[in-house]
Amino acid sequence: MATKGIRGNERPAGWLFVAPALIILGLFMLLPILMALWVSLTRWNGQGSPFTGDVPFAGLGNYTRLFTDEGLARQDFMTSIRNNAYYVFLVVPIQTVLALGLALIVNNRLLKGKGFFRTAFYFPSVTSSVAISVVFLFMFANGGAINAILSVFGLRGPQWFSDPRGLVHLLLESLGISPFLTESGVFGLTWWDWLSGPSVAMCAIISLVVWTTSGTFMVMFLAALQNVPVQLEEAGRIDGANRWQLLRHVILPQLRPTTFLVVTLGLIGTWQVFDQIYVMSQGNPAKTTLTPAFLSYRTAFRDFDYGSGAAISFVLFLIIVLLTLLQRRLTRERDS
Amino acid sequence: MIRTLASRFLGYAILIFFALVFLYPFVIQIANSFKTESNAADNPLSPIPSPVVTDSLVRIFEGTGFPTWLGNSVLVTVVVTIGRVLFASMAGYALSRLRFPGRKALFAGLLALMAVPPVVLLIPKFLVLNQLGMYNSYSGLIVPLLADATGIFVMKQFFDSVPVSVEEAARIDGAGSFRMFWSVVLPMAKPALITLTILSFTGSWNEFPHTLVSVQDPGLFTLPRGLADLVSGSLGAGTQYPLKLGAALLATIPVAIIFVIFQRYFVRDAAAGADKG
Repeated sequence: MATKGIRGNERPAGWLFVAPALIILGLFMLLPILMALWVSLTRWNGQGSPFTGDVPFAGLGNYTRLFTDEGLARQDFMTSIRNNAYYVFLVVPIQTVLALGLALIVNNRLLKGKGFFRTAFYFPSVTSSVAISVVFLFMFANGGAINAILSVFGLRGPQWFSDPRGLVHLLLESLGISPFLTESGVFGLTWWDWLSGPSVAMCAIISLVVWTTSGTFMVMFLAALQNVPVQLEEAGRIDGANRWQLLRHVILPQLRPTTFLVVTLGLIGTWQVFDQIYVMSQGNPAKTTLTPAFLSYRTAFRDFDYGSGAAISFVLFLIIVLLTLLQRRLTRERDS
Repeated sequence: MIRTLASRFLGYAILIFFALVFLYPFVIQIANSFKTESNAADNPLSPIPSPVVTDSLVRIFEGTGFPTWLGNSVLVTVVVTIGRVLFASMAGYALSRLRFPGRKALFAGLLALMAVPPVVLLIPKFLVLNQLGMYNSYSGLIVPLLADATGIFVMKQFFDSVPVSVEEAARIDGAGSFRMFWSVVLPMAKPALITLTILSFTGSWNEFPHTLVSVQDPGLFTLPRGLADLVSGSLGAGTQYPLKLGAALLATIPVAIIFVIFQRYFVRDAAAGADKG
């Protein structure tokens, strides 16, 4: 097909057209990854260039410190993994169910003012994460809106951002169960520590994130719902299916691909939580809102241990790439 | 009949409840920006400031770096948006329409780059900026944001959907690749260009982590960076919620305006994800 002649001049033009984007992406995405890979094998402290012979070479030392060497580095890293895992474990299901529920209601043909409600639910998604974190910081302040609402119901709200207690710990405590499995554990944390559940402080951040992301996913569900053939629903109704059966056996199966997409996008996104942590808690209290993304930033830019920081980035990278590959693979299977 | 009526009522009740949940934080933000500090602390939920004071707004402009942050944000957003739209449409056009060796590999590389999570690039980007001597400068703040893989992908998908016959007529008339791009194909790409402009605008206006690792000098802060500093940095002392909320409000207004005007583009963009899968 691609004969010379009429298309002969496309070769230089093609490269010329992609050049600006190629240079920028190469310089600020590809090159950085390679440079960071090198730095993660060193103990560079930020002074001078990381590529001179003066920088101590650490080999895989930065990585083993995260996984096998006993010490603060491993303890902090594993704490951040635990915190982020609880965060993912709560945010992904809640935002998915909320988004689906909102989409189902907004999709109802009989409702008026649907446009307004869609806009209202979607608006938080487009605002600045930093600006909205400021608002939630105020709402969750000790004398803030959330505690004011709780007091209407006769509840005394906690001091959200200074309460490091884990929800599971609190639950067990209220059942009269005292700490157990405190003698043994893995990766430098006791089993009891692993079991903590998200801290009270983390719950405030979780509520913010669910609030900002549900709108985006609602729109995705909405688009998929509009593709569900009306005949299917009608056929189900004629067969005498009630609302719940219709949802379970007719609508939800049709939404499978979208649900899958929403869940995997959620998994990929929740492992990257950073802005909200930076603005609202900086990993405090008692490191219960520390996440790998924030830990890698803190390790590099505050402790000036760029090697360890880069190593944490790569481990996080690996986690996310695995989730992305999983998503692509399962999506492809679905398509074929 | 009664059942549908009841379920409609229930539907509205749920919707109104959630509309409150999703919008009331903004009401709180606006109202408390105009309260005195003690009034904000005593009645955080009240939507009506009494008395209405504009002290915090005055202090935002006179007592903080806000005017500088605003100027920097406008500069960054304008330059980044123009750059992204131009570079993404050029690259998207080439990848979709021009036949040149290496095109397939480039596209595969692009898809791979789209999967790179921005958060893990924080330290890496700092390394490159530092090495190139661009750290703590406008170029460091702006240049790395000028191209984004997703934008190129969006444009390529669009150009793929344009029928080839459009170009053939122009080609017979002797138009070169650049003429073809600029005068024939680009004007047709208006919907995609609008989408991309909006994406780039909101993306660069709200961008936070990149500013954290590219600049250090408060004179180079953008709004999100300044805001973060106001809350958690050296300036974070004391509560001063009306001030912080007011600054956050001002930072939200431009995006809110764009959102209201171009709502359907936002919604379409998010929905596109569901179709592609």
